Amino acid sequence: MQLEVDITGKTFRSAAGETHDVLAPVRFSLGAGEVGVLVGPSGCGKSTMLRIILGLDHDFQGEVTRPPNARIGMVFQEPRLLPWRSVEQNVRLVAPEIDDAKLAELFRILELEAHRSHYPGELSLGLARRVALARAFAVEPDLLVLDEPLASLDDALAGRLREEIATLVASRPVMTLLVTHSLDDAVRLGDRLFFLSPRPARILAEVPIAIPRDARGEAEIAAIKAGLERRTQSERAGRDVS
Amino acid sequence: MLRLLSFALFLAIWWIAALFVGGAKLPSPPAVLQVMIGEAESGALFLHLGATLARVALAFVLAMSLGSAIGYLMGRVKFADRLGDPWLILLLNLPALVVIVLAYIWAGLTEAAAIAAIAINKLPTAVVTLREGTRALDRSLDEMATVFAMPRWRAFRHVVLPQLAPYIAAAARSGLSLVWKIVLVAELLGRPNGVGFEIGVAFQLFDTPRLLAYSLTFAAVVLVIETLLVQPFEARATRWRPRAA
Repeated sequence: MQLEVDITGKTFRSAAGETHDVLAPVRFSLGAGEVGVLVGPSGCGKSTMLRIILGLDHDFQGEVTRPPNARIGMVFQEPRLLPWRSVEQNVRLVAPEIDDAKLAELFRILELEAHRSHYPGELSLGLARRVALARAFAVEPDLLVLDEPLASLDDALAGRLREEIATLVASRPVMTLLVTHSLDDAVRLGDRLFFLSPRPARILAEVPIAIPRDARGEAEIAAIKAGLERRTQSERAGRDVS
Repeated sequence: MLRLLSFALFLAIWWIAALFVGGAKLPSPPAVLQVMIGEAESGALFLHLGATLARVALAFVLAMSLGSAIGYLMGRVKFADRLGDPWLILLLNLPALVVIVLAYIWAGLTEAAAIAAIAINKLPTAVVTLREGTRALDRSLDEMATVFAMPRWRAFRHVVLPQLAPYIAAAARSGLSLVWKIVLVAELLGRPNGVGFEIGVAFQLFDTPRLLAYSLTFAAVVLVIETLLVQPFEARATRWRPRAA
């Protein structure tokens, strides 16, 4: 099972009639059990790339091959819950065949037990994000896409949620695609990092992380991060010279 | 409590006015009540009310279901919107009386003609309201349903319909008040029973107590249906919204 992304370009025509390149050629693939991380500056076209990969946007050049009948679990940047359905209904509506034990386990991991019957309007952003995570995992996805799931949360909560994501991802062989601009999230969760350029986005570097996720201690994470930062700095210096 | 007080004030003004004007033009509340009781005892009141209510119910259901479907289609499909728009503008601006008279001429003085004429009068407002509601649908939730591969019917029921519910409630509300008004005209012009017919008879005889007895009973029934049926539906459709402080 594999996700093959081979986008050769995507242009966007503005209201003034000018055409803008949103995506430069982008090519990568992702296998089962792998966590790919797209790291790039804000507005570089990450969300556009995700929409193409998810099959929401068909207006592009190139090809995206998802495994046939792959179930997709998605955590959007904003939670996108149904405000008129309770937390539990929001999860059950996308995953009708989930059994009670599994749902209870998911709610326990994400600490949502007390909020099952609440409506999304009554939840804080952090809680709503967790419901969106619960919904994405409840469908037992083959392809899991997380679009900045930890943005605008405080560090402590982001840290806990990150661990929960790691636990859930480790529990199933799933192709995971994470979009973030936090190097920390990328190094802690990812197996392969894709660094993107500013708009139109292309892949600047593909960096595999050799140490398995559960064997990475704080020291290893700090070392990988330092390595990556040195690398981006030298690249930037190299660009400035040329 | 305040409503009761306001109602009592209305009765008091009516009574005082009746004393000044005289019973022939404006009968006092007890006189009207007496006619009401008399008509109720003979069964005529219920017969006419029943006939009117049946027409309202049929025309309302017909116009709401057809109007909602057309409005949803026009909101979703641009081609349907451009095709239907001139018709909509024509129907919106056609006076109710013209529709009723034409319906009676073309289809005869029949029940079907009356109900169709009432429904046609209400149809365009339902279409316009539902089209607006459909245009305001949240695209990001549509995308969510697509990504999670929700089956069509489930997505419609749980993603689309709750967003349309306030618009449906608004269309029902304004539509019902429109139907209440038009049904009497349709009955007056071409039906042998119903509240509108009775009001027509009372007008020809200048029988004010009878006229008031029928119209006030009718108004009371409208009020009861509004409070017991329409308002609870509206409250239910919006119960997920955080309460205003």
